[in-house]
Amino acid sequence: MSEGHSTYTPKTGIERWFDARMPLPRLVYDSFVAYPVPRNLNYAWTFGGILSIMLVAQILTGIVLAMHYTADSVLAFDSVEKIMRDVNSGWLLRYLHSNGASFFFVAVYIHIFRGLYYGSYKAPRELLWILGCIIYLLMMATGFMGYVLPWGQMSFWGATVITGFFSAIPLVGDWIQQLLLGGFAVDNPTLNRFFALHYLLPFMIAGVVVLHVWALHVVGQSNPTGIEVKSKTDTVAFTPYATIKDAFGMIVFLFFFAYFVFYLPNYLGHPDNYTVANPLKTPAHIVPEWYFLPFYAILRAITFNVGPINSKLGGVLCMFGAIVMLFLVPWLDTSKVRSAVYRPWYKLFFWLFVADAILLGWLGSQPAEGSYVFMAQMATLFYFAFFLVALPVLGLIETPRRLPNSITEAVLEKNKGGGHHPAGATAAPETKG
Amino acid sequence: MSATEIHDPNRRDFLYVATGMAAVVGAGAVAWPFIDQMRPDASTLALASVEVDVASLTPGMSLVVKWRGKPVVVRNRTEQEMKDGEAVNLADLKDPIARNENLPADAPATDANRTTPGKEAWMVMVQVCTHLGCIPLGQEGEFGGWFCPCHGSVYDTAGRIRKGPAPENMLVPVFQFISDTKIRIG
Repeated sequence: MSEGHSTYTPKTGIERWFDARMPLPRLVYDSFVAYPVPRNLNYAWTFGGILSIMLVAQILTGIVLAMHYTADSVLAFDSVEKIMRDVNSGWLLRYLHSNGASFFFVAVYIHIFRGLYYGSYKAPRELLWILGCIIYLLMMATGFMGYVLPWGQMSFWGATVITGFFSAIPLVGDWIQQLLLGGFAVDNPTLNRFFALHYLLPFMIAGVVVLHVWALHVVGQSNPTGIEVKSKTDTVAFTPYATIKDAFGMIVFLFFFAYFVFYLPNYLGHPDNYTVANPLKTPAHIVPEWYFLPFYAILRAITFNVGPINSKLGGVLCMFGAIVMLFLVPWLDTSKVRSAVYRPWYKLFFWLFVADAILLGWLGSQPAEGSYVFMAQMATLFYFAFFLVALPVLGLIETPRRLPNSITEAVLEKNKGGGHHPAGATAAPETKG
Repeated sequence: MSATEIHDPNRRDFLYVATGMAAVVGAGAVAWPFIDQMRPDASTLALASVEVDVASLTPGMSLVVKWRGKPVVVRNRTEQEMKDGEAVNLADLKDPIARNENLPADAPATDANRTTPGKEAWMVMVQVCTHLGCIPLGQEGEFGGWFCPCHGSVYDTAGRIRKGPAPENMLVPVFQFISDTKIRIG
């Protein structure tokens, strides 16, 4: 909400000195202290902050790991083992980094599903949404290349399969694949360039995050009702209200993260990646990292040729198409109501979509044989139907529930209904008239 | 008459166009080495041919050699495997082209065309799945040929794709028998 002027008043001499030359303190104050946020934000809205600290944590642990890692096909595997055994606290830093990637994706998936549920992508937040999709793409590229670096069997064969996608492109596919690999198969040149890019991409993510936050601060946050902020009573100040809520959310999230780091550090990994890469032997069962499994299931579901498109190109097109769907969501959804809270049918389809995404993820982890293939084909069909049929059609035929007139009204109404908190007024500031 | 005033090109116009042209050509020239460096380098391209001694392979045995970073399987097929390969109706094949670099590009994928004349028992083939580049497992899958564990592509005893997402038969590289027991690949 860019409306209104800055309320920052420099108090000390040094603040006045800075404010006249480069008003950075004013920017921080206006963005993170006085910035008005909708008073009804729930904990689903804390994941933006959680993602920010995960990005910073990944960059920090990544930089120190790079000081001990060797990007060479002969030495890489051993240098990772050296980090685990010899480098002081190396095991901790590596587990923080590898599990950090997983929890980064946990947070981003919750963040994306929150956006889908509450219609956060609708005008005027389309660009905000698309910037988020770009961050997600960059995260996938970064995660994939990072997984190649330990040079285990899954690293090698994952890289082979994923760079193989590009060979499906007609005419120039093989040329592009060789350009990516620096050879005819995954080898030392591939490892070197993936390391360089794995180091670069997080900083590109950080750049797009700045644009994402900028766009957010222009249009303001959405909220569970999906109604725009109309008056001052609809908002509270970022500090202390959102700051405390975000901080609490982060701490709880980090508890789960720490549990995995210390008690289940390899649960989300794959034992085959503790075997050094062997170009002549494919593991019996290749799976990517868990956060790619739904897309992997879609890739494998296309086992048939469609006209001039062979099964390989078809699978790759469907897999990339599954991500393209996200970019198109702001224009596929025809409903005038943002939030699923007021859209009974959309709410149902949203949860079916969540179940479908989880089902696809599970299918991606199973072998591509027998009934799994058919199930993956059906789940893929539903995945695309949700975007291409449910989103446009529901908006036209669904009768939404009555919307409250304002965020304040919605909050007070809710408070009236469930009056369990007679003394909770101070604990729940959003319900104060 | 035109509403805009037409004036003779002056020195600034000339500099504008000349600078713009230089910038476009310069950007292209600078971008190319950045792309070019990613292509396979000279040491990777140095196409070595490999000679393999296959004297020890009795029918039903295979060996794998590494050629251009990829595994090439040499298999002395059994009678049954050859029979299975010959019995296939070409209309049942997903990819009807031989994919044999020793033959014209449009040769049909008969069992004989997947091998070399006079040595029909021998399969020499880049053992890389044409789907996404995994190494299929030998003598597995419902056609008794190769089975790719990654995405479930099934190949027959002549390395032809029969089922699953792979689009093409596995590649038969340029090779020849330089003696009865020696093969040169490449």
